[in-house]
Amino acid sequence: MNKRITNKLALGVLWGAAILTVAVLGAVLLYVFVNGIRVISPTFIFTWPHGVNAEGGIWPTIVATVYVTALAMLISTPIAVLAAVYLAEYAHQGRVVSTIRFAADSLASVPSIVMGLFGFALFVEAMGMGLSMISAALALSLLMLPIIMRATEEAIRAVPKYMRWGSYGLGATKWQTVSRIVLPAAAPRIVTGVVLSAGRAVGETAVVLYTMGQAVNMPVTPLDSGRPMTVHLYLLAVEGINLPAAFGTALLLIVLILGFNLSARWILRHYRKV
Amino acid sequence: MSVSLGTQTLSTHSGPTKVHVKDLSFWYGDFQALTGISVDIASKATTAFIGPSGCGKSTFLRCINRMNDLIPGTRAEGTMLIDNADIYGSGVDPVDLRRRVGMIFQQPNPFPQSIYDNVAYGPRLQGIRKRAELDSIVEDSLKRANLWKEVKDILGKNGLTLSGGQQQRLCIARVLAVQPEVLLMDEPCSAIDPTSVQKIEDLMSEIKETVTIVIVTHNMQQAARVSDFTAFFLQEFAGEPAELVEFGRTNELFTSPVDKRTEDYITGRFG
Repeated sequence: MNKRITNKLALGVLWGAAILTVAVLGAVLLYVFVNGIRVISPTFIFTWPHGVNAEGGIWPTIVATVYVTALAMLISTPIAVLAAVYLAEYAHQGRVVSTIRFAADSLASVPSIVMGLFGFALFVEAMGMGLSMISAALALSLLMLPIIMRATEEAIRAVPKYMRWGSYGLGATKWQTVSRIVLPAAAPRIVTGVVLSAGRAVGETAVVLYTMGQAVNMPVTPLDSGRPMTVHLYLLAVEGINLPAAFGTALLLIVLILGFNLSARWILRHYRKV
Repeated sequence: MSVSLGTQTLSTHSGPTKVHVKDLSFWYGDFQALTGISVDIASKATTAFIGPSGCGKSTFLRCINRMNDLIPGTRAEGTMLIDNADIYGSGVDPVDLRRRVGMIFQQPNPFPQSIYDNVAYGPRLQGIRKRAELDSIVEDSLKRANLWKEVKDILGKNGLTLSGGQQQRLCIARVLAVQPEVLLMDEPCSAIDPTSVQKIEDLMSEIKETVTIVIVTHNMQQAARVSDFTAFFLQEFAGEPAELVEFGRTNELFTSPVDKRTEDYITGRFG
């Protein structure tokens, strides 16, 4: 075959694959949008469900989702960042560190339904926290930990060596260098990792299904139970009670996650200095 | 005049010695990079290290503030005294040493912070918190680094927004703010514009009233312009450790080198 034709053919295949990827995303978004936009209104967003929880709004489920995500961020971020600092800056780079890293990667790939079961057994039952925001947040933290940890580790490694040297050369200790130079320089990427992991938590269903409960509640304290958006969406759809409301919830969920992803990009673009 | 050949040191200067080095060898893991370096660096003067790429002059420079300690698997043997105190002694904390022996790198490396915070970084590490005191240190240091006029109205701007040459002078101001006794400069002018090179050479001649300067440079004209003493390093065979071939007063070393290898290098026959 002619070299130029082969070239064009290869280009066409690659182009087609790229288009297909975008098209799938576009199709999903469009489908959800078209089906969901009809029910979206201030009433839908800001009022309580009524009847068999299939009519009316979804406000308590939005609050539950945001509540549990924020709580999970508060729990997982400090632990993950400190672990990453230890791994990237302090630990001797040998077998122990690569084992920890492998464990973190494996933790990230544990099926969320398994993590939910574990969270149910440990937090809900054994520790007696019941179906609650705190149980769900702790279980979600297990999913978020490895994501934030790896993002932080990579962010720390991206800080140039010669910038650290500048600090050491002025008589800074290791901790002074890490806390005053490395972490601030890595902060935008770390925040990006945290925000992306929060997006993951918002969309998580299996874990919260086991640990938060299904009762439509307005959660106030961390020990209150509630029904997150994902579970609400699942129940609306699978029990076939109100498919339009399910699509409306789905649309809001996607908007929320998209918001997280876009703000992650924005943070990275506007605050990254190294 | 007197020179240093191999391991025998003869003082080339009559003034006080700041850094006394005797038989220093250095290893990166199994590879020996330096062998038998002996040299007396004069106090409050400028000493230049010259030599071809990879001849160990930067490695030696980093021995003086123990920056090499940060590279795993490295090892130094021999004697290195600053003001007659062994800097590799058991009671010496490299962190304290680096406060006294400042360093400028080839690549300007300002922190991603404001110009003010860059200069105030070292003093703050030492616990200085008073705004007025920091203000005066920052102004004084920037003036000594020949940068004050250019930045006095933009002290709040990020240091990384400056030009390369300005960044390097900011790094010099940052080091001067901790009042080092010795200033190590590792090819400070190789990555910056000529105007800034001029300003850096000017400031070097001003600050050597109070600071002992050691500069590594590839540029022999620069060595001749700025230094009082020059040391010529050479790694003669690949894989073998580098050594100090010749050390002497700059004007003498450049006009009448004792060693044939020095002569070959400064007349541009290799390197």
